[in-house]
Amino acid sequence: MAGLAASFGSGAMTNSIEDIATHAAVYLVIGSNTTEQHPVIGFRIRQAVKQRGAKLVVADPRRIDLVDFATLHLRHRSGTDIPLLNGLMHLILRAGLEDRPFIAERTEGFESFRAVIEQYPPERTSGITGVPADQLQAAAMLLGTNKPGAVIWAMGITQHITGVRNVMSLANLQMLLGNIGIPGGGVNPLRGQNNVQGACDMGGLPDVYPGYQKVTVEESRRKYEEAWGAALPTGAGRTVTELIPDVLEDKTRALYILGEDPVMSEPDTNHVRKCLDKVDFLVLQEIFPSETAPYADVLLPGASFAEKSGSFTNTERRVQMVQQALDPPGEARPDWLIISALARRILAEGRQPSREGKHAGWDYHSTAEIMNEIAALTPSYAGISHDRLKSGDSPQWPVKDPGHPGTPILHVGRFTRGLGRFTPLDHIPAAELPDDEFPMVLSTGRVLYHWHGGGISRRAKGLLEAYPKALIEISPDAAARLQLGNHERVRVLSRRGSIEAEAWVTDRVPPGMVYANFHFPEASANELTIAALDPVCKIPEYKVCAVRVEKADKDVSGG
Amino acid sequence: MAAVSLKIDGKTVETAPGRSVMQAARDAGIGIPALCDHPALPPEGACRICLVEIEGQRAPQPACTFQVSAGLVVQTRSPHVVAARKLVLELLLSDHPLDCLTCESTGSCLLQDLAYEYDVKGDRWRGRHHDYPVDSSNPFIQVDRNKCIVCRRCVRACNSINGVEAISIFHRGFNASIGFGADGPMQDSPCEFCGSCVAVCPTGALRPKLAIGKGRPWQVKKVDTICSYCGVGCKLTLHVRDNRIIGADGAWDGPVNRGWTCVKGRFGHDYVRHPDRLTKPRVRHYLLHGGKKRRDGTGWDWVETDWDTALEVAARGLCQIRGKYGADSIGVLCSAKCLNEENYLMNKLARQVIGTNNIDHCARL
Repeated sequence: MAGLAASFGSGAMTNSIEDIATHAAVYLVIGSNTTEQHPVIGFRIRQAVKQRGAKLVVADPRRIDLVDFATLHLRHRSGTDIPLLNGLMHLILRAGLEDRPFIAERTEGFESFRAVIEQYPPERTSGITGVPADQLQAAAMLLGTNKPGAVIWAMGITQHITGVRNVMSLANLQMLLGNIGIPGGGVNPLRGQNNVQGACDMGGLPDVYPGYQKVTVEESRRKYEEAWGAALPTGAGRTVTELIPDVLEDKTRALYILGEDPVMSEPDTNHVRKCLDKVDFLVLQEIFPSETAPYADVLLPGASFAEKSGSFTNTERRVQMVQQALDPPGEARPDWLIISALARRILAEGRQPSREGKHAGWDYHSTAEIMNEIAALTPSYAGISHDRLKSGDSPQWPVKDPGHPGTPILHVGRFTRGLGRFTPLDHIPAAELPDDEFPMVLSTGRVLYHWHGGGISRRAKGLLEAYPKALIEISPDAAARLQLGNHERVRVLSRRGSIEAEAWVTDRVPPGMVYANFHFPEASANELTIAALDPVCKIPEYKVCAVRVEKADKDVSGG
Repeated sequence: MAAVSLKIDGKTVETAPGRSVMQAARDAGIGIPALCDHPALPPEGACRICLVEIEGQRAPQPACTFQVSAGLVVQTRSPHVVAARKLVLELLLSDHPLDCLTCESTGSCLLQDLAYEYDVKGDRWRGRHHDYPVDSSNPFIQVDRNKCIVCRRCVRACNSINGVEAISIFHRGFNASIGFGADGPMQDSPCEFCGSCVAVCPTGALRPKLAIGKGRPWQVKKVDTICSYCGVGCKLTLHVRDNRIIGADGAWDGPVNRGWTCVKGRFGHDYVRHPDRLTKPRVRHYLLHGGKKRRDGTGWDWVETDWDTALEVAARGLCQIRGKYGADSIGVLCSAKCLNEENYLMNKLARQVIGTNNIDHCARL
């Protein structure tokens, strides 16, 4: 999101799902396994291709299922997104297919950007990415001659040390083609979790208050100090990928974790375990005894989504009503009640709000009341209330007041920051590339039947039955070299750990790559992944690390 | 384009050109019965239940595929079409199990509703019966071809909604039936188990396995909410009985999903009543009874406790750390699975109550 913020002034999906499904003439899907990770958007892309002949360019090292419907599949090497995009933009410029009026009126920085793009002719691009020059040419023509075009991506773009730069590169492409601020266009990052957009919107980030108001901007801080009646810290905080490793530096002493399972979701699991083992005090609020639970000192039973009412914000910034269907089991409680009760007790131990603030208190009677406080302090949610959501409305933010209809498309006529900024971007190789000792690339992700660390989906009967154990995708060439048969056990080792699981011999992965998921604790890809971070947004490079693959002996198969 | 005016059952109806008689009637609040037609799917003209009389046409016409034109005069309930519908129903029931007493679809079966409405008992012709084995070999969907009326709703949902084309009709005539992939089991076909076929099946041919035996439609409470899996945000209707989720459908008025959803949304929410659920607060033994924080061979030593004690212990522990090492030694992780309102509170707790900007969640992971 930091990449879009730099290019456009704010970072979120610019268009709505309905809009890109209905209006895009061409799609570039890059680093998104859409049909498995956002299946209903996957449906819509397949419908667009089949029913109205939309063009589809899929750029992905893996032959994901969506490729079956693609006009063209660019199978670039992992970690070469920027050279690939630069190469495509080179050919778009060479053919004169750029949108000159858009570039002149709405952007800045074009000349220095063009200077870098000139260094990526097809021969060089091909060499870096492994994509044949004729495919580069065909892709550039598809993107350059079909308007409007929508770019869709997910973690395949962002989970690199160059994650922020990759996003800026896609912003460059869409500005070059004039595909911003129009129906059927836009830059469309698909957010993973049901409410990851909402958690970001609500100030669940170390540098911003709700609505992306910077903690380092005095005016914002004053506003919240006044509302909450307390002096607030001035500098940005640390990210999750810093907070946990910092335990070993004695910089992090205690953690309060709500509904997250760092042992499964963080890179380099061994290191995470070491950190959690050492932390002085860990309060965990969860619905299941997760893989993180053994490290907790206090375990508070929370409520599932079906046991409380409130709102989620989806990937297209749409705020929707979540309604309670069940009572929580046993003594489990809705999380908002637990958080408020804990807050009141901590305040009782000291650090009372120093001044009388209008929203200083913690005596909430409903989540509707909390939403009113959010609306009062968050300009992009100013027009949201539970009454409005319950009446059937589900507006997309910004929603500036109760009468404002919401904003289906961002940056119409003007970018949030005024002019859109072209950023010159060069190729930076991944942090850990294959070598003699670890000659293959590991890429990681999720599968259709499971969800993230698997704590939920492994407890859904049908989903577990459909995909009961970890599978490691390996290409027929590599499997033949190891004399490894389909469904035989394979061991994958990196500098950080090793896992054993069943092999799925498939040409979904290119010859030099293995692909693993992190849904099963007994063989989680994150035992292997590297905690190399993007320098700006601190996202880990889950999509590339170096591994060695061995055939595992049957008699030592552990899991 | 100019509106088209026609008469349906004596009522003047205005509609757009290109609409079918079925759509025009539906817009005007006139229900024409149908088995194969579904408002969210392209028309098929397979079941012959929606036959209507149209002035100037020699034979009754299917309302779902007959396009409107100016001046059309349509009868949807004339004795002639009612007799034709009864005949179609009698033929359908002549090769249909009459096990409504135990059939999973009772109460949500269009065939049952029509047989009731048209007083068709299924005893007019007793000819040959199919006896297909019921296929329960996949985790999600029970397939009972004996109950299939070959309306092709599932075929169209798979083709035009999901897009993978896993379902088609195999064989012809009396032996025509649905099949998957190259007529093998569902799980060996391109099927992604989104269950769109189940959602539109008008009979008991395709049923969600997880709901079997769990409740009749009139025993089920329906609650609209948003899915707990991915960021698409499908609006779901949860089916609830005895404080359990026994099923889920995509909500037809969902702005993103318009009635459809995926395998996780439709079949993945039984986790909320998994026996592993945490139901009582727990704290470590050392926190209540002193001694060193330790991890012995049997695992950590948990003590189940009441909420007051657990919250007291949690608050005290965090305050002690803050007192000793400062607020920035504490990290707060909120949750991309929790509500906006809860995430807002976590942000307020970190900043106002604890006094640190160390708050984050798994957006990066």
